[in-house]
Amino acid sequence: MTATVVPLVVLLPLLGAAVALILGRRRRAQMAVGVAVLAAVTVIAAVLLVQVDATGPAVVYIGAWDAPWGITLVVDRLAAIMLVISAIMLLVVLVYSVGQGIADQHRETPVSIFHPTYLILAAGVFNAFIAGDLFNLYVGFEILLGASYVLLTLGGTGERIRSGVTYIITSLVSSLFFLSAIALIYGATGTANIAQLSVRLAELPQDVQLILHLLLLIAFGIKAAVFPLSFWLPDSYPTAPAPVTAVFAGLLTKVGVYAIIRTETVLFPENDLSTLLIVIGGLTMLIGILGALTQADIKRLLSFTLVSHIGYMIFGIGLSSVIGLTATIYYVVHHITVQTALFLTTGLIERFGGATSINRLAGLLKASPLLAILFFIPAMNLGGIPPFSGFLGKVGLFVAGAQGAGAAPGADAAGTPSWLIWVVIAAGAATSLITLYALTRFWNMAFWRRRDELEGYESVLLGSVLEAPEGATVTATRTTPVLMVVATATLVVVTVCLTVFAGPLFEYAGRAAEGLSDPSIYVSIVFPGGTR
Amino acid sequence: MTASLTLVLLMAVLFGAGIAVMLERSLTRVLIGFLLVGNAVNILMYLMSGAPGLAPILGEGVDEGEISDPLPQAFVLTAIVINLGITAFMLALIYRSWWLAQLGAKGDLVDDEAELAEDAEEAADLIRSSAADDEAIQSIIDASDEEFDLDEELEREASARDDEGSRQ
Repeated sequence: MTATVVPLVVLLPLLGAAVALILGRRRRAQMAVGVAVLAAVTVIAAVLLVQVDATGPAVVYIGAWDAPWGITLVVDRLAAIMLVISAIMLLVVLVYSVGQGIADQHRETPVSIFHPTYLILAAGVFNAFIAGDLFNLYVGFEILLGASYVLLTLGGTGERIRSGVTYIITSLVSSLFFLSAIALIYGATGTANIAQLSVRLAELPQDVQLILHLLLLIAFGIKAAVFPLSFWLPDSYPTAPAPVTAVFAGLLTKVGVYAIIRTETVLFPENDLSTLLIVIGGLTMLIGILGALTQADIKRLLSFTLVSHIGYMIFGIGLSSVIGLTATIYYVVHHITVQTALFLTTGLIERFGGATSINRLAGLLKASPLLAILFFIPAMNLGGIPPFSGFLGKVGLFVAGAQGAGAAPGADAAGTPSWLIWVVIAAGAATSLITLYALTRFWNMAFWRRRDELEGYESVLLGSVLEAPEGATVTATRTTPVLMVVATATLVVVTVCLTVFAGPLFEYAGRAAEGLSDPSIYVSIVFPGGTR
Repeated sequence: MTASLTLVLLMAVLFGAGIAVMLERSLTRVLIGFLLVGNAVNILMYLMSGAPGLAPILGEGVDEGEISDPLPQAFVLTAIVINLGITAFMLALIYRSWWLAQLGAKGDLVDDEAELAEDAEEAADLIRSSAADDEAIQSIIDASDEEFDLDEELEREASARDDEGSRQ
């Protein structure tokens, strides 16, 4: 029975965190625990993925309390693919941070709490993915947020605290929104079980639904960094240690996107906000990428592209069609890996070149061709250059949009005017090109430019003393640890695999989206004998 | 659904006050605001359980309709615990930022040697400045010696002795 292993994806990281905390003084043992736990979760998630795809969703009623009363854990195809990709990503980043920690003599990750906190973050993320209960989803969010507060302010330097405060206050407000929404939803329906809510929310008057719907969207929108609620992100992510930024950028916003997918498909399928989502998706793309254009620092530049590319997913969700969701799921998977790979590469660039600013980097191609390859592949991928998954995902979204626009002249099934969809598709294409421009500019300056063209430079490595936020750490070692390169290379290979195996993955995403197309499917998973 | 008006009013006041305080710049006030709003949300959640009833323990002779809804209470308890954790973290963060604001990044790095050196420097400064004072006083006394006649000088010496005596 595969369903019995479902709770392990949350329990293992939590127990691992406890063990790692006990082993606080013994770093190698801590690392071993962290890597072993995440490897185990990756295996479990992969098994779940295969099983769920073959035999249908796995449901666990904790403590054998039946669905509306107890805590329900649901792994359907969407949750399974999210579990697998996030487990792989968390594992790779942990290996990367172990490599960095060994090389730096633990200056970047100086405290014994890094590994336990990281595992708790993983537990929160996994819990959010498999939660079948709105309140459990909230708890998952709080676990991952609490851990992320600690990771973001790791070491407690002035800069990290300053940027961390922005992030923490924003997240606190979003949590309050979420909790209020849960309270009001419970008041209106008398349940917090997502499957039961799907039935009961539909019976509420449309205006009440709208308020509850918007409350949830605001809460998740802040977490996913959707346009009007996205301004906290580029200020708070770049100062954290490289592996932490990579995890945050790759994963945390996607948890928000995942929650929005659930909200739109299961909780409020009838209450239609797709036009709003499409408009917001378009604005998120454009405004995010325009911010990226002005950044000299690669970390900030990538943070802005992160915001911008969330827009694609919101657009795909807003289309509210099976093909739109298919493309969205594929895009989420693609974006998690690519964005993380880019941030990991940035960490390598920072070590190798001694800076992250366009003004201080040059001649990296000659100095390290391997690094150049590791940056080039995900950069082109993010920019949407044809063979790569970024291109495939965007084409998938545009095709979905075109179908939505073409479904009925003037207005598609969801009631969005077709011209609006065309406009957003155009915005998406423009965003893709601007992303490419911003990244190739960095490529030209940092990799192709000769070192002697760097004005007023003394040594590329010397620049790091002035430029890097943590001055001493970067110059501590000139060598780039093998483990970091291996971890980054692994993730880049994964991104390439997403391209090579795009066919099966798209088919899988299609089946996952099929499962989301009708909320009654989700309800019948949790209540095999019918609800009420 | 029935609800206590007092609790509704309390919730409204907590929400209003909390949001107002949260808009302040100071981190401590933001924390206080967060606590107020957090408790307002908890009360909101508690209100959603409807009219109060018996303790939610199903035993013999207890009618299911009589008991109050236990689920919101469980939610509130969880939320309180989460708020506690966040508050503890925020307090640590506030203390840390206060520490950094007072001492700067150097605050962490004050070691014994540097402190000893600083102490020695302060002591040297003190000696130097008191020596300068002494010299200045001496020069004033010397200058006064030349200008005045003997009687006045004697008087001055006497008063200076008195001064010294009183100083000692």
